Parts: sequence; C-alpha cells; structure tokens
Amino acid sequence: MENNYIVSPSPHIHGGDSISKNMYGVLIALIPAFLVSLWFFGLGALIVTAVSVSACMLFEFLIQRFLFKKDPTLWDGSAILTGVLLAFNLPSNLPVWIILIGTLAAIGIGKMSFGGLGNNIFNPALVGRIFLLISFPAQMTTWPVPEALPMTYLDAETGATVLSILKGGSAELPGYVDMLTGHMGGSLGEVSAIALLIGLVYMLLRKIITWHIPVSILGTVLVFTGIMHLVNPVAYANPLVHLLSGGLLLGAIFMATDYVTSPMSKNGMIVYGIGIGILTTVIRLFGSYPEGVSFAIFIMNGLTPLINSYIKPKHFGGK
Amino acid sequence: MLRTFRIGGIHPPENKLSAGKKITPLAIPKQVIIPLGQHIGAPAQAVVKKGDLVKVGTLIAKAGGFVSANIHSSVSGKVNKIDNALDASGYKRMAIYIDVDGDEWEEKIDRSETLIKDCTLSPKEIIDKIAEAGIVGLGGATFPTQVKLMPPPGTKAEILIINAVECEPYLTSDHELMLEKSEEILVGVSLLMKAIEVNKAVIGIENNKPDAIKHLSQLVKSYGNIEIMPLKVQYPQGGEKQLIDAVIRRQVKSGALPISEGAVVQNVGTAYAVYEAVQKNKPLIERVVTVTGKAVPAPGNFLVRVGTPISQVIEAAGGIPENTGKIIGGGPMMGKALISPEVPVTKGSSGILLLTKEESVRKPIYDCIRCAKCVSICPMGLNPSLLMNVTEYTEWELAEKNYIVDCIECGSCSYTCPANRPLLDYIRIGKGKVMGIIRARKS
Repeated sequence: MENNYIVSPSPHIHGGDSISKNMYGVLIALIPAFLVSLWFFGLGALIVTAVSVSACMLFEFLIQRFLFKKDPTLWDGSAILTGVLLAFNLPSNLPVWIILIGTLAAIGIGKMSFGGLGNNIFNPALVGRIFLLISFPAQMTTWPVPEALPMTYLDAETGATVLSILKGGSAELPGYVDMLTGHMGGSLGEVSAIALLIGLVYMLLRKIITWHIPVSILGTVLVFTGIMHLVNPVAYANPLVHLLSGGLLLGAIFMATDYVTSPMSKNGMIVYGIGIGILTTVIRLFGSYPEGVSFAIFIMNGLTPLINSYIKPKHFGGK
Repeated sequence: MLRTFRIGGIHPPENKLSAGKKITPLAIPKQVIIPLGQHIGAPAQAVVKKGDLVKVGTLIAKAGGFVSANIHSSVSGKVNKIDNALDASGYKRMAIYIDVDGDEWEEKIDRSETLIKDCTLSPKEIIDKIAEAGIVGLGGATFPTQVKLMPPPGTKAEILIINAVECEPYLTSDHELMLEKSEEILVGVSLLMKAIEVNKAVIGIENNKPDAIKHLSQLVKSYGNIEIMPLKVQYPQGGEKQLIDAVIRRQVKSGALPISEGAVVQNVGTAYAVYEAVQKNKPLIERVVTVTGKAVPAPGNFLVRVGTPISQVIEAAGGIPENTGKIIGGGPMMGKALISPEVPVTKGSSGILLLTKEESVRKPIYDCIRCAKCVSICPMGLNPSLLMNVTEYTEWELAEKNYIVDCIECGSCSYTCPANRPLLDYIRIGKGKVMGIIRARKS
C-alpha cells in the first residue's frame, strides 16, 4: 500500500489545554497580589521575587540538564510558579543567600528528588518555605512594616504581624480595611485578601482550579475558630481575623490547590481541605508557632495518596 | 434549563461544516465490496456464490447467529468473488465483491416517495421485518436492532428513547436526515414503540440543531406520545447510558443493560431504516454519510450504497486534499483511523473525516501532573489517570476494582489532558485485558 496516512486510536483531536497554560494561568492570577506587595514592600518585594524565580529556574535547568540529562522543561512555567509562590511566602527583607538556600530546597529536594513535575509528594514552594522556617526562624519571622512604595530591602523597618500579636504580642491589631487591602506586616504575597480573592475568581473562571479546596479550607477555619471564639472571645480571636491574617488565603487559594499534591476526586478535595482547615486552626490556637497553614498543607500533602486510594470519584450508576 | 447527563462531559468545537447540505445520492460505483461482518456479533454467512446474479435488495448473507444481521446486495449485478477485503477495522475479513450492472431492484421494494403511515402488523411481525431487513444501530455501534427490541425475560420496556443527539463534532448525517425525512422518522419511531409495546417515546436532540427541533416539534403533534426533548450540547451525550440519564434521570448500573431502567435506545437513523424496512420492504442497503474536514473542498451529506469504496464518496466532496494526514471513519472523538481510502462504506459509517497533516500529529507526552481534569470530565465517573497507571503496571485487579470495564471509550480524557497523555489508548488495553479475565473466571 503506497499511502502514508496516519493510523492511531481515537480520539483524533485534542482540546489544546497544556501544562504551561495552567501554570501561566496561575501566574496571571498571582499578579494582583504581586502588585500589592510591590506597593507595600517596594524594592524588597521586587528583589526577593526576582531572586527566587531566577534561582528556581536556574536550579531546575541545571538539574534537568546535568543530572537527569533531559531537555529542560523550563518554559512550562512550573519552576517560575514555584519561585513566585516561595517568594510570596518570605519576608521582603530576607537576604539573597537565604533565598538561594530556600530555592535549592524547593526545586532540588521538593521537586526534582522525586523525579520532577508530577511526581513530587509535597508542594515544592512549601518545602522551601518550611526548610527556611526551621533553619532560619529569626529571619523568617521578622517582617517589614508596610509603607507606600518603600525603597528599602535589608534595611527595612520591621514590626509584628496579626498572628504574632494574637500569640501574645502587645501591639494593636490592624483594622479590617487594612487586612483586606494588605496594609499589614507579613510575608510579601500573603497580605492582601482582596488581591488574593481576585486571583481565586480568575482561576475559577478559567477552570484552572475548582472551588472545592479553597472553600473547604476557609469554611473549616471559619467554623472552627468561630466556635472557639464563641466559647472564649477573650482568648480566641474573631474568625474573620483568622481568615484575613497570615498565609491562610494564599495557602488555601494557591498552595493547597497545587495539582500534583492535592487529591483527584471532588470528595477527596473536600476531605483534604477540611483536614488543612482543622490542622491550621489547631496549630494557630494551641501550637507554639503563630502560623500553621504551611504545616497543615504539608501534612495533608503527605496524606493525599491515602485520600486518593480511599475516596473515589462518584461512579456512574453507583450509590 | 436544558437537560443533559449529570457526570462529567466536555464541549469540543462542533465544526459542523456540512450542516445544511442537502443529502445527495452518490453515483453507483462499478464494484461494491460488502463485508460479512458489518455489525456487532457473529458475521453473516454468505448465501450467494461466485457468478450469481443479484438485484438491489437481494439477500446475500444470512445472520450467523442470534446477535447478527442479514446483509443484502446494495447493487444489481454479478457476484465477482467472496474473498478477504480490508475493512474499517484495519483487518482483512470476508466480503462479497459484486460487479455492478444496471440498477435493478427487487420487485417487493416500494421505491415511491409516498408516505405510508398506517401499519397493521403485530409487534412480532414488525420485529421480524426489521430482522429480515438486516437493520443495525446506525449511530456507529451497529448492534443488531431486532435483538434490542426483544428484552430478556423478566424485563419490560417502559420508554423508547431516540438518539438524535449527534454529539460527535463534524458529523451532520442525522441532522440532515431529520430535516429531510422527518415524517418517515416519526412513523419509524411509532413502529418501534409498537414493536416494544411502550406508549411513550422521547427524541433527544442537542440544542445546536434548532431547525430540526422546531421542525420535528411541529410534526410530532399528529403522532401520539412522542416528545421532542432539546438537550444541552455536551459530549458524549450520544452514549447510551448518558442519553438515558439526560432524558429520564436514571443511571444504568455498572454492567447492566438499558432495559434494567426500562429504556430502549435507538438511533434516529435506525428509526428511518425501520420505516423503510417495515413500510416499504426496503432492506438496509444504503445510508447517509457525512464527508467533512477543514481542508475538504465541498463537505456534504451523501446517500451512499453499502460497499462503495470510501475514496469514491470523498471524490463527491471534492477529493482527498493534498495535505491529508488522516482519514477517519466516523467522528473525531470515537471514529477509526482508516488504513486505506479503499475500504468500503458499511452500515455503521456515519461519516468520513479528513484531517490535515498538522491536525493528525499528536503532541509530546509529559508526566501526569494529577490536575484531575480527566476525573472531572469522565462521563462514567472513573479516574482515567489511575486506570492508565494500573494498566501500565499490569495491575489488573486494581483496574477491575476501579471499574475499567465501564469505560465507554468516548475519548474525553485524552482530549482534555493538559499533559497530552494517551489515557484512552492505555485504558482500552486494560479494559480488553480485564474483560478477558472476567470471561475466563465465568467459564
């Protein structure tokens, strides 16, 4: 037969979705939060983000090229995303050498040691953050005070955060308007609730993520801290303060929803989200760390394979 | 709110390039190749031999078992040989070659256009006529129609659902048939209702065919108990289980037949064939075939005699374009890529789709990122990513436990995967393997 027609099984068309489309979609969703961080933390935010992103890309490239001996998939956007998410979880006055250690932990340990994108158990950015949090607790928990477009980096004036105040600090809590816009101390990408929520809406509209994980995390924290607040309003803060403070929104919207490390079925996602909500609240209210979102997501990342094997998607014609 | 099925689903670009193109009868070829296995089940057995003279409508092969179908000559002429021929499956299988001479039809066939509404036959007689005419499901599954009309003992049909969804992108043969042969289709539906003794039928049509919905809705008033139900456009709504869920909100259990939920589903093209068989004594010897593709000069819908080489049908649409990379029998989601344009049109050929070289190339495969999009869109509520993995690792027990045999092979997972993973390729392998294991365990 002299023709050269391609014979392959169906389907013969593809919808055109790709890994990079999703990764860049998440990056677009992070733009509002990045702009807010530039406004409040100025030069420091720019340096930390730039260093983190370029170092993540560099390590990804080096490991893929020289250890894996494969063509690097640098432009699929996943290393850039890890870099941005890691930066968003760091104070804006963190020295470059510490950021470099964090990115190496994120890409090298968190991602590549498992075989690269798709094979990692834990969210790489989270691995980097937790690595730094444990290794450099002092530097990781002093946050610059927000100002309008400050030109400071290492020399930034530092102050308390909402959660450290709740854990026994003496300063006064910022108002709700400040917490919504991001006019408060904290890691550079986590401060503005509004900017993060815009990102959430964007990702939902583009169907990059579904509502299940963020809503179940936030709902659980709201209910749990709400009950504790009702039990003892003096010892336990208003649930709204908990929702808007620390890394909860950043974590619930951008970190916990990482495809690779979250469950695949809708019900599994809800269980995972509830788990993160409960662990976050327990650490915040009863633990020695002021913030618990990272550890909560990290632990639930580890439980994801278990969730996947017990909670299946709703089967057609099943109960 | 329009109804649709309740689990998963996708919406690929419709690309109905041949919509609104009138059904054109294709010239009779010089030779037809009529395969003996054009349906699901046992191949038919030839009852003619080399040198026999046949007319249009002459029985040339008898059903080879309970699940099988008669085959009639689609042309008049002389049997050249009975030999192997390449068919749409890609394998060589037995077929009857007939050299065409004129166009003489069997006398009993009524070739007039007169609409005959009345039918005094009993259900049994209707089913017998359908079996005699060799009618199979024309949506593409080609299951012998008479078998579906005889529910197993202990079950009772409550509703007839007519599949006029045509959810495959590109295809328009059913759409065009509904516009041009609407009365005949409605009579066919009435006959099917009578055959299975139900007093309710629903014709499910996707909402992207508003002209067909409007036209049939007007005509249907003079037929009792037939309802036209517009459905939200969603692939794979033409899947039998999906359509039943969309129309009567019942989900057929894993491994069960539609009749377990009281439903019998027939394709709209099948309803037309039933009309012709019962009222006009015309066996299934021709069908409407869509020829389409972005590079095809004149996409259209053609009335084609069974056994016509596909190349000749494409010729009628302007010929095979220069940069054709793939010729598909059927639609882009579930159709089969053909080895050669010389394979014949069969009873199940709903369309011929030509993809360009660029459209035919698969994109590079990456590792699964567990985005779970395949899980969200799977219309059977399966986890395609997991099923591909367990197939790769030959974990057949796990595959069975995760319902691999329920896969309807609609292709939505592979279509959706952002990492371009060949999910369905693997699932097909795993499904075949597990079905074999289940069969072996039963026997």
